[in-house]
Amino acid sequence: MIHLEKRAEPSKTWTAFTPVLAVILTMIAGGLMFAALGKDPFEALRTIFYDPLFSEQFSAYSRPQLLVKAGPLILIAIGLSLGFRAGIWNIGAEGQYIIGAICGAAVGLALYPSQSWLIYPVMILAGAFGGWAWAMIPAILKTRFNTNEILVSLLLVYVAEQLLASMALSTLRNPEGNGFPGSRNLSQHWATSNPELISGTGMHIGVLFGFIAVIMAYIMLNKHMLGFQIRLTGESPRAAQFAGVNPTRLILICLGTSGALAGLAGLFEVSGPAGQVSIDFNVGYGFTAIIVAFLGRLHPVGILLAGLLMALTYIGGELAQFMLGLPGASIQAFQGMLLFFLLGVDVLTNFRIRIGHGGKK
Amino acid sequence: MSDLLLDIKGLTKAYPGVVANDDVSFSIQKGEVHALLGENGAGKSTLVKMIYGLVRPDKGDMQLKAATFAPQEPRAARASGVAMVFQHFSLFDALNVAENIALGMENPPKQRELAKRITEVSQAYGLPLDPTRMVGDLSAGERQRVEIIRCLLQDPSLLIMDEPTSVLTPQEVEVLFKTLRKLREEGTSILYISHKLEEIRAICDAATILRRGKVVATSDPKTASARELAELMVGSTLHQPERATQELGDVMLEVNDLSTASASPFGTSLKSINLKVRKGEVLGVGGVAGNGQDELLAALSGESLSSANSVIIDGNPIGNLGPNDRRHIGVLSAPEERLGHAAAPDMSLTENALLTGSKRENLAENGFINWGKTREFAEKIISDFDVRTPGPSHVARSLSGGNLQKFVIGREILQRPEVLVVNQPTWGVDAAAAADIRQALLDLAAAGTALVVISQDLDELMEISTNFAALHHGHLSETRPCKGLTVDEIGLMLGGADAAA
Repeated sequence: MIHLEKRAEPSKTWTAFTPVLAVILTMIAGGLMFAALGKDPFEALRTIFYDPLFSEQFSAYSRPQLLVKAGPLILIAIGLSLGFRAGIWNIGAEGQYIIGAICGAAVGLALYPSQSWLIYPVMILAGAFGGWAWAMIPAILKTRFNTNEILVSLLLVYVAEQLLASMALSTLRNPEGNGFPGSRNLSQHWATSNPELISGTGMHIGVLFGFIAVIMAYIMLNKHMLGFQIRLTGESPRAAQFAGVNPTRLILICLGTSGALAGLAGLFEVSGPAGQVSIDFNVGYGFTAIIVAFLGRLHPVGILLAGLLMALTYIGGELAQFMLGLPGASIQAFQGMLLFFLLGVDVLTNFRIRIGHGGKK
Repeated sequence: MSDLLLDIKGLTKAYPGVVANDDVSFSIQKGEVHALLGENGAGKSTLVKMIYGLVRPDKGDMQLKAATFAPQEPRAARASGVAMVFQHFSLFDALNVAENIALGMENPPKQRELAKRITEVSQAYGLPLDPTRMVGDLSAGERQRVEIIRCLLQDPSLLIMDEPTSVLTPQEVEVLFKTLRKLREEGTSILYISHKLEEIRAICDAATILRRGKVVATSDPKTASARELAELMVGSTLHQPERATQELGDVMLEVNDLSTASASPFGTSLKSINLKVRKGEVLGVGGVAGNGQDELLAALSGESLSSANSVIIDGNPIGNLGPNDRRHIGVLSAPEERLGHAAAPDMSLTENALLTGSKRENLAENGFINWGKTREFAEKIISDFDVRTPGPSHVARSLSGGNLQKFVIGREILQRPEVLVVNQPTWGVDAAAAADIRQALLDLAAAGTALVVISQDLDELMEISTNFAALHHGHLSETRPCKGLTVDEIGLMLGGADAAA
């Protein structure tokens, strides 16, 4: 008989090792699934994990995609992780991402065709502001009326999507676009574009912001009282109250920061890889970032690695779809397995497994 | 022996890092009140959990009525006639007495029949209880009666009681003891767990004393003195706290007409509390659990705010200041609940030292934490207060209750408080550590700190307090000097009657 025994303290070894174990288990279970679909599991796994980075045929295209996709995931997930650590659940990063993109793009489009170098910094501020403001809605409703931030932030995603459709079809529509929906192309206009900083790497300003966010979050969580208060609130709300943490302030800071970072990610995306405000320029980074945040154990460095891994499964998944004809749903199931196994083996950090009788007689 | 009820031989149970019970053997006779004595962490709980089927032993045998007894779960233990009243009640506030009792039964009879049986049993054993009352409205003593009656309805041959008097007034203790004596006359055996030695001497026929998981002695509590028992339990000679007699200083803490609404529907609201504490004074606040102790501490620590003038420190109104502003001017506190209130369970001792120490110990500059200094502070608490832990990097929940309590109290004392408010400073702490904590509190008072000690342990309050007041349903009684207070007077104060009347 197998039974679990609670550890006196969480195991540090397992905390570090469980993500690796989860990836291995995902590969095994995913391999079995691909085999059941009639594909060679080794080839499928190679296509997902190896080919995007190292195959001669594809890597020139897909390698830069790694940073392009990981950048916004990391930036959003870092913001979310602060709130998640404190037990403040912002599920609506996707909405904040959209509103950030709309606000930032609106500034750029309003000033078109000026060539001033000041435009892009102002767009960045507007993007952050848009995301922040959208996140303030659940924040203020929660602090004033004690509403549930999970529901409010999530439902605001659908409001944001409707707003996006309206913007792409009317207000921000390209006047020279022959009536097609979508704004002017921001990435093709120097003053409003978010170009690759180093050609062929996928590195753009947003990715840089993502890395900076990782470093700032790490410093804040480990060296600053605010980070301590965030962790304390998550660990033990009553002890946090005893320590004098102001819960209202914490909610405003956590939701505000995650909203602003999501807004920034939206702005960088819309002015870079996506290029324009279109009905469906958002591809769900705001939701995927939730998985990234947890996959990275809400730890800044973990999120950095998790963002890269998640981006890899996206790129590799696409590759596997058109190279091997794997169904898209199987790729999503594969990504789901990753989260499932991660949460599943998580139990090992707090419990040890004992095999045999419960020590009877 | 023919009248042997439970015979335990060589029970051993190990948890990671600690042997909770090591080769424990003892036996209980029929119709005997058997005391299980021991400090916190001595292994009493593990032992009774094994008897009640909550934990399975690694080694050893139990025999109940000369038959092998190895309960796999509490249900099996109950079926064999073993019942247990836990220290922490498992009752639903929003259900009435009969409904609560029905929830714990295998085949509950109809409500009306059950109510009738409850009334019968409660009358037979002198435990007045109305089966239709809501549990949320009952006092702690009455809630305990619900638990006892729930057990008695099973007609047990062995009743285990875990620290039953910790929530009772002296008068309620008398009622309980009458019930226990009646049960004994009827042949029911009782396993009575406590560390209150006077009680054990009053009611028990035999005592098994545990220390660090081992049986160190079996003794007859009627003939042994309380001091002998205590020394067997602790394994060393007890140190009695000493109080230096001294003049009291100016009024340091003043509470005027303080009323707060409780945050939870079953909590207690404070109703126009007035008190004054002078420099060097220890005000002992007694009261049965749940009469507003937590709320009083929260109102003084700053966790719950009131109007500025309702709390005055050294002439300055501070009722509207939060915990950190109060710490800044020297008002420190240590709440009752160690894990999850005074300390964060999964954070290290260093981080927990920062929890209240950041302001007065200057552990952070411009918001950036000085971890080196924080660690030094944690190490100082650990060494000054003899906290047994491998080091400050270990998490709070890995410490035993007593050690964590020493850490939590030490953390506040080392910050040189002007006013210190503590709730249950020695709750669940072994006798030696409790004496150390009380001595530290007295030393602090001698140095001129104004202390408010909220406790349910009257012996403790009488030992260290200058003045005494009692909380009852959120009202605070008049403050009276401890000297000359009799047990009867204290009992009346705890029961809400003003002793002066």
